[in-house]
Parts: sequence; structure tokens; C-alpha cells
Amino acid sequence: MKSDTILLDHGSGGKISHDFVTETLVPLFDNPMLSQLHDGATVTVNGTRLAFSTDSFVVDPIFFPGGNIGDLAVNGTVNDLAMCGAIPRYLSAGLIIEEGFPMASLRQILTSMKVAAKTAGVHIVTGDTKVVPRGAADKIFINTAGIGEVPKDVTISGDRARPEDCIILSGTLADHGMTVLNQRENLAFESQVASDTAALNHLVAKMLAVCPDIHVLRDPTRGGLATALNEVAMAAGVGIEIQEGAIPIKSDVAGMCGLLGIDPLYVANEGKLFAMVPAASVEAVLDCMRKDPLGKAAAIIGAVVTDHPASVYMKTEIGGTRIVQMLAGDQLPRIC
Amino acid sequence: MDSKFFTSYRDPTLAQALVRGIESACQREFRIMEVCGTHTVSLFRSGVRSLLPASLSLVSGPGCPVCVTDQRDIDGFIALSRQERTTIATFGDLMRVPGTKSSLAEERARGADVRMVYSPLDALKIARDSSHQRVIFLGVGFETTAPAIAAAIMAAQQEKLTNFFVYSAHKLVSPALEKLMAISGVHIDGFLLPGHVSVIIGTNAYEPFVEKFKVPSVIAGFEPVDLLEAIHRLVIQLKQGEVRLENAYPRAVTDDGNPAAQKLLDDVFDVQDTEWRGLGSMPKSGLKIKDAFQQFDAEKVFSIEVPKTSVASGCCCGEILTGRKIPADCMLYRKSCTPTHPVGPCMVSSEGTCAAFYRYGGEMQ
Repeated sequence: MKSDTILLDHGSGGKISHDFVTETLVPLFDNPMLSQLHDGATVTVNGTRLAFSTDSFVVDPIFFPGGNIGDLAVNGTVNDLAMCGAIPRYLSAGLIIEEGFPMASLRQILTSMKVAAKTAGVHIVTGDTKVVPRGAADKIFINTAGIGEVPKDVTISGDRARPEDCIILSGTLADHGMTVLNQRENLAFESQVASDTAALNHLVAKMLAVCPDIHVLRDPTRGGLATALNEVAMAAGVGIEIQEGAIPIKSDVAGMCGLLGIDPLYVANEGKLFAMVPAASVEAVLDCMRKDPLGKAAAIIGAVVTDHPASVYMKTEIGGTRIVQMLAGDQLPRIC
Repeated sequence: MDSKFFTSYRDPTLAQALVRGIESACQREFRIMEVCGTHTVSLFRSGVRSLLPASLSLVSGPGCPVCVTDQRDIDGFIALSRQERTTIATFGDLMRVPGTKSSLAEERARGADVRMVYSPLDALKIARDSSHQRVIFLGVGFETTAPAIAAAIMAAQQEKLTNFFVYSAHKLVSPALEKLMAISGVHIDGFLLPGHVSVIIGTNAYEPFVEKFKVPSVIAGFEPVDLLEAIHRLVIQLKQGEVRLENAYPRAVTDDGNPAAQKLLDDVFDVQDTEWRGLGSMPKSGLKIKDAFQQFDAEKVFSIEVPKTSVASGCCCGEILTGRKIPADCMLYRKSCTPTHPVGPCMVSSEGTCAAFYRYGGEMQ
């Protein structure tokens, strides 16, 4: 049953989103930079390589433990640029605000954006504000776009994953998605869990200083780790194997996921990255990551392999094996 | 929650020892059915299936509540969502289930007020907060979820809410097991019985079934070691030619079950004949709202016209739910039927057999 209307699943970041992008958008706007389907495009202007990315933020609730829609919007675009190996420089900010939105909340969000930009070392240099009638938007939506400079010796792209690369994850999985779900649905889990929203560009700079030949960087946002790994496996035509027991996850996040029947591999993160690193450099990269507050729980979670090209497999905690596919649509909590 | 609680139930050494025990007991071919959809998913997700010997076949049963919901009920839900001043409150699993012509997700995209809730009490709150809206909770599930819905109906009565309704499509597990054994072409050597349902109904509820059909049956929990322990006990019975009911989930399941939950079910629901997808009409297998609470019964209050329903041509959900086929036997599987574009409910529900096979590459194991 193909849908003749746009469903929420078209924006979920999973397979339905992926198909929409590859079947509708890419053929329409056809160009080689877009076709790479990276978090941001890398373009060359007068010999200088620039990374360029945009993202829109519609999170509900707009305030949540660990952050709000403002710092999320800054960090999200900073991270998209950082995942291209770029040094993020300038951001734009487009605000779409619902009539009647409290000015105090807006100030709080804008202040968070200012602090996040300062922390990331970027400047918000242009922007736009639109106000729509009550009901035409839900409180506030923010779009950010950004440009960054890609250092000469850095080439990061999903299709550069090579067999024997090690896969490093920078920290615990699913913190952001489960925090937002807990808040939005008033699930009343008594948990200290908070969003992991953070700018990863400084961590990436340290990693690239240790190993400029990092092949792939991704921040597993919507669609989670599973979807991002599948995108890389498909782009590079390689197999990927991960170890369930090696993936860091906080115990209360694991508990919430277990109760709701949600697989943390598909839950959004906003301050985590995974890197595919040549085996010879992995210890040095891991060591430098663990010295950074945003990478202190970093762990090697798997490797790129020649077997089962374009597929991701996981060795489970008990020693079994299973395939890990892309997210089909938003995960729906189970009935029983 | 303390994650250490789970550690021993995911212990690789313990798991491997149980796998060796299962291997040594499976000297000939055995075919066992996991009745519960959550078991189907856990068996794949934990990698248990990949560790079992080839001589042991696991087939999935009719224990995914969304999957066994009759197409007429699904179309009824969709028809209700199209009414004026109506809010549909539902567990997430139902959102994408294809009816004859549409789904709740599509109706929402077209403007229907369809909300995903995590508990029937959330639906009560919506009713309290918006007195002008008629809030209909879609009651789909087994003995596990039905008590909470009964409690919501009782609360609505106490609060004298006039805008809260329930469409009860609840089903009972035991009659389905009996019907299954009577269907021609169904061959099952033993049952892994559902843990969550058993918490409510207790082990004693299965005694007549095991006695009548002489089929080894073990109640299982959901962690990998729980599942392996239950499978181990089952294959030991099969190897030794014994038949008994065992409880391999004693930390949650008692002989008598949960009497408070059972009383709620008795107070609010009547046991009636009902239609199951794949199994047909079954006597005394469904829960309908008692007349004393009929003002909350959406099927009685709303006169909905459900157009003639039909199950998609070629869809094998019926055979799959009864263990007569596996998803790979279906012509539509992975071709026109995928989680992105599901044809039958077994592909859309997270606990559906086809969705689990698709997600975890079941046909490759």
C-alpha cells in the first residue's frame, strides 16, 4: 500500500525517509555533491573545499533535560559540518514562531543558541524571523545552515569505509531520543537521563590531529546507529560487524528501552559520533577521544569486513548473530 | 532500574551451556511454537535463534495482538477515526496496520485526530481535558493489556465521564491454543507459552489444555537465558517422551496468576465468541464490554458502517499465524510486502512474524 500523502514516517530518518530522498529529491536536484548523501555537501570554491549543511529542528518538547531546541539547532548543524571533517565557521538561523509564543521562552532559546555557538566556536552571521498565526506551527521551529572549511589532507566520506577499519563510538547510545520521549509522552520514568546534545567539532579536530586519514565520521541522529551504519555499508559496498556487548549504554536508558520494546540502535543521538579508522591508528584515536569529556566513554564497537557487503551484522551479548537493518519507520512502542 | 538485574539473564557462559544441552537433546527434528510475539522478537534480537541446532524449528504463533485483529475491526477503527469530534487513542502498534483501503496513520495525515498513547489512562486524561471531543480507545491485546483497560472503564464510570469509549477487540490466549491444535496441517511438538499473559492468568489456566492435547508446554520469560532455559526444558521433555506443563518464568508467574487483574476482567468484560485473523471465529475467545458498562462501548454507542472488508490477495498472514507457513513461503514477502509498504498486519506490527523475519533476516537462519 503506497501512500499518496506525506506521513510522519517520511521524516523519521529511516528507510522511508531514505527512499523519499533517493527516489524523489536526488533525481530532481541531480548533482554529484547531493548524490553522496552525506550529512553535509562538500563543495570547492576557488580551490577551497567547503562543507555546507542545513537542518531544521521541530523537537517537541522544546525544553528538555540537557538542552532545548536552541542549542540543539546550533549543535546539529555544527555536527553535520564536523562529520564532513570540516572546521565549522558560520551559521544562519531561521526562526518560525507561532503567534502568542512567550517572549521569555524565546529569549531563553536564543541565549542557548548564543552559548552553544560560542562553545562550538562558530558565528551566527545571518538569519530570518517569521511569525505564523496560532496553530500554523507548533510553538517554534528553527532552521540552521552552516559552512565550514575542510582541511587539505582530510577526506571523509561514507564510501571511504574499508575492510579492517575499526569502528569507534564516542559514548553512550540513545540518551537524547529516550529523554525527549520520556518528556513528550509524560512517561514518568524516574530517571536522571538527559539529552546528549553537544557540538562535536572540537573532538573531531583532536581525532583528525591524531589521524588525518579517518575514513568515515557520522553522527547517528534520527534513525540511530543502525541506520547510519547501514548507510555507510551501502555507500562503500562493505560489510559491517558490531558487538552488542561493546556498545556503551546507560542502565536507565537500557531499562526504558526494554520496557517500551524500543531498540536503542534506532534511537536518536545528538552528541555522539562514530568513526571508521584504519586499524593501525585506532588505539591512538581512542586514547585521544577518551581524554575529551565528549569521548570519555568511547569504545571500539566493531569493524568493517569484506563479508556480506552492504549489510550490518551484530554479535549479540550471548554470542549469537543477527542482522541489523535500517529503521523502517519510527519505532512504535509495543502493546504488551 | 539496576542493569545488573538483567546481567545473569544475558550471561554468555550460561547461554552457551544451555545451547549445548539443547543440541544434545535434539537428536531428531522437533518443531516448537513460540506463541507470543514478544518472544518472536526476543528470539531474533538476542541471537538465540542463530545458536539453535538445525534440527530444532521454531515457528511463531498467534500471539501478536495486532496481527490477529480481524480486518473488520481494523476497518472499524478507521471508520471511527473519520467521525466528527472524535479522537482515537491507540497503542502505537496499530498506527500503520493496513485496513482494506487505508490505515490510521493515513487517516491522521488526512486530518483525523489519532493519538498514540502508552496507557489507557492517557486516553482517559485526553477525555477529561477535552470534554467536547469523543475519545475512543482502541482496545487490542490479550489478557496482559485488558486489565488496565478494564480499570480505565471503571475509572470513567466513577468519574461519570460521558466522552470516553473503548472498542474492545481483546482476545484470550487459551482458546487460540485449542483451536490451533484442531486445524488441519498444524504440526507442533511443543509450546513456549507467553510470559506476560501467564503473569495474569497463572500456570493453572493451561493445565486443561496440556492434559487434553498431551503437548509439552513451558512458560518462558523474555531474556535470552530465560528463553534458552525454557527451550531446554521443552526439548528434554520431547527427548524423553514426557508431557507436562512447566513454569520456566517463576520470578514473574505464579500458579494462580494475578487475582486482582482477573477480577477486573470479570467485572468489566464478558467472554464471547470472536473473529481472529487467520484462525476464524472462535468460541469464547474474546472480551466484550458488559452491558453494565455499555455506555463506554464504542461498538454499541457509535453506529459505524464498515464497508465490505477484504484481506489482500496472496497475503499468507493466516497460515503464518498458525505456524503452517513461514514468511519466506509467502509470495508477497520482501517483494510487494515490506515494513515500508506492508500488505498484512504480520509485516507492520513490531511483533509480527513477517516484520521480525524481515528485520532480522529470519530466512537466512
